[in-house]
Amino acid sequence: MKPIFGRGPSLQLRLVIAVLLSLSLMAADKSLPQVSQFKFYLSTLVSPLQYLANAPQSALTWAVEHLKSRQKLIEENSKLREQALIDSAELQLLAQLTQENLRLRQLLGSSERSSVRKMVAEVFSVNSDQYSLQVVIDKGSFDGAYVGQPVLDHNGVVGQVDEVGSTTSRVILIGDSVHSIPVRIHRNDVRAIVTGTGEVDKLVLQYVAHSTDIRIGDLLISSGLGGRFPEGYPVARVTSVVRDESFPFAQVTARPIAELDRLRYLLLLWPNAIDQPLSEGAN
Amino acid sequence: MNLQLPNGRIVIIGSLLLALVLTIMPMPAIASAWRPTWVLLVLLYWTMALPHRVNVGNAWLFGLLQDVLLGAPLGVHALSYSLACYIFALNFQRFRNFSLWQQSLLVGVTCVLHQLLRFWAAYLFDDVSLSYWILLPVVSSMVLWPWLFLLLRKIRRRFKVR
Repeated sequence: MKPIFGRGPSLQLRLVIAVLLSLSLMAADKSLPQVSQFKFYLSTLVSPLQYLANAPQSALTWAVEHLKSRQKLIEENSKLREQALIDSAELQLLAQLTQENLRLRQLLGSSERSSVRKMVAEVFSVNSDQYSLQVVIDKGSFDGAYVGQPVLDHNGVVGQVDEVGSTTSRVILIGDSVHSIPVRIHRNDVRAIVTGTGEVDKLVLQYVAHSTDIRIGDLLISSGLGGRFPEGYPVARVTSVVRDESFPFAQVTARPIAELDRLRYLLLLWPNAIDQPLSEGAN
Repeated sequence: MNLQLPNGRIVIIGSLLLALVLTIMPMPAIASAWRPTWVLLVLLYWTMALPHRVNVGNAWLFGLLQDVLLGAPLGVHALSYSLACYIFALNFQRFRNFSLWQQSLLVGVTCVLHQLLRFWAAYLFDDVSLSYWILLPVVSSMVLWPWLFLLLRKIRRRFKVR
């Protein structure tokens, strides 16, 4: 019989090393910048596995899209045309409004708003840790994604980039219990902070005084304070307000505008970069 | 056909990588809640079968890879898997002589400890509440163990991994 642990350090020593390494990684994670560099290499290393796990799903999607009947395609096409017509009517108005807004802002002497660079990303259908709300997307540092980057979908704010690999990144959603976003109430510009609870359909507003003017149904939009999320994107809608004087603050909950449990295509924003319109290239 | 691979390292690494893929494979929400702890099961098998080759070191490495794949706090799975494989490598002679269902119970206990450690780590980083569904993977892992054991033993003998 072979000597069982003939080579290398003894089993006990290995365990001690493994435990110490794990504990120090757990302690250093999120605090040391070197760890995020290490994480970048590791996520790049494991990204082939993510592509592999995603492959059956994407093959299925591909098949469904390519085997659609002619009838369905025609129907969808006409529906999209209709939508495009309605949108273009609204856009005509928007151009005029933007011009007007710019003039008014110049009159007031406040800074001008510029449109920001955007990129569409697709969500990988891979499983994530059950104790947090995250998704993996197919854009990484090669596409210019960076940690802390705001992420939207067609409804509203979804979250921010938490980890970047070379071709994939991980997005932490606004519903995660460690995520907070500064907002203001669209109706009266009262500021607040929205924090996740770990559930996809429930957010809480922190530190709202009992006397604050806030009602059920109020739309909360990103306030742009903190400099991470650009101003004015819809975040959530207030679902309940409880003013129990035995608590120091009113208990306010809200529901995210974006449906966090059925994300497919996301929009990455570069708030500090000037837009190079995608549509120009297409025309 | 000569199927004898050099040391069979490819078989061991391949089975562990496949377990990692199964861990992140998309599933309907109900099936996902019952998802067995694949990597832990495969690691425990190899530790019991070949404790001189697969033990704490491999467990730590694959735990770390799973941490990155799941976006869990770095080091949680690594710590848990290292501890589990330490126990199995230390007692491999005793555990090998257990019957399949006794082993299955043992795997269940290890799995509960693993789930509790994960919960404890998540609890340290943010406030989450303990709920019964962390036990669902334990049940499915216990049911899966005998089949996985027989399958991996067959593979190990076929490719003569020693």
